[in-house]
Amino acid sequence: MSTSSPTVLRATLPQRAVPDPAAGGRLGLVLLVAVLLWPMLVWTEFRPWDLFDARSLKFTAKFLAEFVPPRHDAEFLGLLLHQTWRTIAMATAGLTLAFGLAVPLALLCTGRLSISALTGRMAAMPYVLRQLARWAAIVLRSIPELVWALIFVRVVGLGPTSGVIAIGIAYGGMLGKVYAEILESGDAATTQALLRNGAGRLQAFFYGTLPQCSTELVSYTVYRWECAIRSSVVLGFVGAGGLGQELDNASKMFAGAEVSSILLVFILLVAIADRLSAWLRKELG
Amino acid sequence: MPTIRLERVSARFSGARAGTLAIDSVDLTVQRGEVVAIIGPSGAGKTTLLQAIACALRPMQGEVGLFDSSPWALSRRRLHRLRARLFLAPQVPPLPPRQRVVTSVLAGLLAHRGFWTSLRSLFYPVDSQAAQAALARFDIAEKLFDRVDRLSGGERQRVGLARALVSGAELLLIDEPLSALDPTRARQAIAALVGAARGSGATLITTLHQVEVARASFERIVALRDGRVMFDVASAGVSDAMLRELYADHEDELNSQLEGATPYAYTLPGQLELARPMTCR
Repeated sequence: MSTSSPTVLRATLPQRAVPDPAAGGRLGLVLLVAVLLWPMLVWTEFRPWDLFDARSLKFTAKFLAEFVPPRHDAEFLGLLLHQTWRTIAMATAGLTLAFGLAVPLALLCTGRLSISALTGRMAAMPYVLRQLARWAAIVLRSIPELVWALIFVRVVGLGPTSGVIAIGIAYGGMLGKVYAEILESGDAATTQALLRNGAGRLQAFFYGTLPQCSTELVSYTVYRWECAIRSSVVLGFVGAGGLGQELDNASKMFAGAEVSSILLVFILLVAIADRLSAWLRKELG
Repeated sequence: MPTIRLERVSARFSGARAGTLAIDSVDLTVQRGEVVAIIGPSGAGKTTLLQAIACALRPMQGEVGLFDSSPWALSRRRLHRLRARLFLAPQVPPLPPRQRVVTSVLAGLLAHRGFWTSLRSLFYPVDSQAAQAALARFDIAEKLFDRVDRLSGGERQRVGLARALVSGAELLLIDEPLSALDPTRARQAIAALVGAARGSGATLITTLHQVEVARASFERIVALRDGRVMFDVASAGVSDAMLRELYADHEDELNSQLEGATPYAYTLPGQLELARPMTCR
C-alpha cells in the first residue's frame, strides 16, 4: 500500500506548489542580522586571518612546540601542588565569606518572611528595607570578582587575601540574590501558616521555608563553589596568587612546557570539582 | 465578653483585589468555650470567614473583635502577639515534604517558644512527648519520626490536626478537617478536636462539608450561603428542610452526605519540582 500511495498522490498533485508564506520573513530576518552584525565585527577589529600570517604562525608554532613534553620535574610539580591547594583554599574561603554575606542579605530580601504582607500589602518601612537589601546584593554582584580583586590587590597587596575578599564580595551578592529567589519560589503556604499563628520570622524560616528548599540551596551553593574554583584561577592573573599567577608568570616568559603542565593541572582540577559537585548534588536531590 | 465578635464584616478572598465579596455583612458572636461548625455549599465563604476571624485577612468593612480587643486597631507587633493565642489550620496541611512528623507537629508550639529553644528542637526534638500525645489522639503516634512526604493524604491531614492540638491555643479555627479522611477516621478526628477543646476550655470553630457530623458533634451550627449567614442556631434546631434550602442548587454536595459520607476529592499539595537552570547569575 505504501508503495502505491505516491503514484496515487501524484495523479492528484496540483500543477504548482503553494509558496511558503513564511519564507520572505525568514530571509529578511537573516539579512537584517547580517547587516547588524557586520559593523560590530568591523568595530571590534575582528580579523581572524591575522592569526595566520607568516610571522605569527612561526611564533605560535615555536611556543606550541615547547608544550610537549610538559615540565614534570619533582620541584615544579611540588610547586604546582602547593599552588593548586592554594587555589582550592582561596575558592573555599571566598565562598565561606560569601555565604556569611549572602544569608543575612537573602533573609532581609525575601518577602515570604514579611508579617505585614500576610494581610494585604507590605508596610512601607519593611518594603524599603527589603528593596535596599535587594539593591545591595545587585550592586555587589554586578561588579565582577576580577574588578574587586584588582581593587583589593591595591589595598591589601599581592596574595590570596585579595582573591578571597573579591570572591567573597562578588559571590556574596550573587548567592544572596539567588538564595532570596529560591526562598520565594517554593510553596508559600508552609511559611505563611506558621506566621499566621504567631511564629517569629526566623522561626518560620527554619520550620517552614528552609525544609522546603534546603536541597536547592545546598545544590546551588556547591555549584557556586565549583565556579569559584574556576574563577580563582583567573584571579591569579591580577596577582591574587594560586595557579593563575603561575600561569601568568610562565606565559609572560614564553615557558611553553610550564604553561602546558599548568593547563593540564587546571583542566584536571576543574574536572574533579565538576564531578564532585555533580555527585554531591545528586546525593542531595 | 465574647471571644469573637464580628459586626457587618465584609471581605474578599485573600489575594483578590476586586470582584465579589466572599463574605458580605456577616454578624457573628462566639462565646469562650463554644464548639461551632460552619457549614454551607462550596464557595459560600466558609474559609474566608475563618480567615477573617483569625486576622489572616483584613476585612473591607465591619468591626472585628477578638479576645476583648480590636485587632486591626493594634500595632503590628501587638497584632502578631494576638495571633499566638489562636490557631488557624488550613484545609491543605501546610507541611514541608522533607520535614519529619515530629518537627511538623512541634511547629505548632513556635509562638510559645523562644527562638533558641525552637532552633535546638530542630536538632533534637524538645518535648517530643507532646507531639506523640497529640498524634496518638489521631491514632498515628507510630509515624512520629517518619518524613511527611512518606505519608498518605489522610495521614498528613491528621498530622496537621495534631499540630493544632499541640499549640494549646485558646481559639482553634480548623478549615475542613475531614476532607481527606474516611468516615471512621473522621469520627475519631472530630472526637479528638471537640474533646481537646472541651478539656482545655478552648473555643473551637471548624468549617465542615459533612452536615451530619456537624449536627451530631457540634452544639451550634452557622450556615453560610453566598457570603451571608442563612441561619445560626443550636444544632438540635437544624431541620432537613433548612439544609435543603441551604444547599439548593448544590444538592449533590448534600445528598452525597446523607447517603453515607464519601470523602470528596482532595488534591495533595503539589510537589513543586522546580527546574532551576544552573547558569552563572
